[in-house]
Amino acid sequence: MTSRAYQTEAIIIKRQKFGEADRLVTLFTSDFGKVRAIAKGAMRPKSKLGGNVELLTHSQLMLARGRNLDIITQAQAIDNFLPIRDSLELMSGGFYLTELVDAFTEENVEDRELFDLFLNTLKEMAASSDMERALRYFELRLLNHMGYRPQLQKCANCSRQLEPGVNYFSPHQGGALCRECGYPDMSARTISVNALKVLRLWLQCDFTTACRVKLTGNLSREIKNLMRENIRYLLEKQLKSIEWMDQLNSEQKNHA
Amino acid sequence: MNSDFLSTAKPISRLIEELHKLPGVGPKTAQRLAYHLLQAPPEKSRDLAEAILGIKENLRLCSVCLNITDSDPCGICADETRDHMKICVVEEPIDILPLERTRKYRGLYHVLHGVISPGDGIKPEDLRIRELLDRLGSNSVTEVILATNPNVEGEATSMYIQRLVTPLGIRVTRLARGLPFGGDLEYADDVTLSRALEGRQEM
Repeated sequence: MTSRAYQTEAIIIKRQKFGEADRLVTLFTSDFGKVRAIAKGAMRPKSKLGGNVELLTHSQLMLARGRNLDIITQAQAIDNFLPIRDSLELMSGGFYLTELVDAFTEENVEDRELFDLFLNTLKEMAASSDMERALRYFELRLLNHMGYRPQLQKCANCSRQLEPGVNYFSPHQGGALCRECGYPDMSARTISVNALKVLRLWLQCDFTTACRVKLTGNLSREIKNLMRENIRYLLEKQLKSIEWMDQLNSEQKNHA
Repeated sequence: MNSDFLSTAKPISRLIEELHKLPGVGPKTAQRLAYHLLQAPPEKSRDLAEAILGIKENLRLCSVCLNITDSDPCGICADETRDHMKICVVEEPIDILPLERTRKYRGLYHVLHGVISPGDGIKPEDLRIRELLDRLGSNSVTEVILATNPNVEGEATSMYIQRLVTPLGIRVTRLARGLPFGGDLEYADDVTLSRALEGRQEM
């Protein structure tokens, strides 16, 4: 007979109220993928779970299998990512990451690789100030990992080698298009040679190497819009947290 | 309709059905309450009925602090003995109760009616932040105390408001985050404990 209790590491990606003082917590675990569980009494000030099952906490958890939902019996935070919590901008990026992971995953599908990518991205965000780069790298690697790797070497339509100069990108076709195929395609947008090069490199390298690439403001914006469009096409919706992230961004610019 | 109700007189089964819609009231509790009310003196039933109607007919939001009130401005805002230079910002009307219970705070309140929660699509514009800034612009307020809940959304909301209020030259403070009375160090999470260390006080 299998034991009812099990242990795992997890990052908390969503919390909802549940009854009087309980929380329904969505976890992204290292061993079981996305799991929904109840944290009993987590909203009471003296709860021993409370702070250890907050959003964007990396915790060691003990859970008990329940009939519908599992129950969190013990929790110990491993990393709270305090720098993220202390910054409004990083926080908005953190909200975005949790929504992204939630949207792209199904419950109870083990995915250690995505867990590691997610955890590393949070660590990078907490350690460096280049949140945009960390988010873009995560988005690209997430797509790649979930089976949506964009075709960036050859034209996604006619398979011809892409030439330097004007090329196009179409989420609908799943990658870059050559000039002949892209021009008549109304859903395609132009993609610069530099953006192509950066994305090709990022698909192969780790984050440290990805940080060596110099990004100008324009290039960074181009990649951001491109990834965003691609993700919106795949999910068939705009993620809710994007709006606030953009709002903070523009307010910051007006300030400066 | 439930077959149990067929043998019951119509007014009673209607009452049972209505009570059953309330949170935490199951079918058995609903039945027990209904029969209890049936036996209670008529004026008791009338009092209850009036109390229920009263919350719908007489309550509105205070035009100053947006707390739920039966008079405008609300009792707290109208109280001249309170300190009108301090405003304590809370998420929901219900959060005022525990703060009042402490009897330590004699200033005014401002109810946001929510908290920034990007995952649920709740943005700053959906809260009553504009009203707070209007209050600060027209009055001689010297301190804004942020008393949103000590969780991720509450912190984000406080940071956001702090960013808007500080440039106005008004002192912005945040409720201390630390260990609960009667709690246990062993079970304190790292965030709470590190904030408690940061905010330690001379004895």
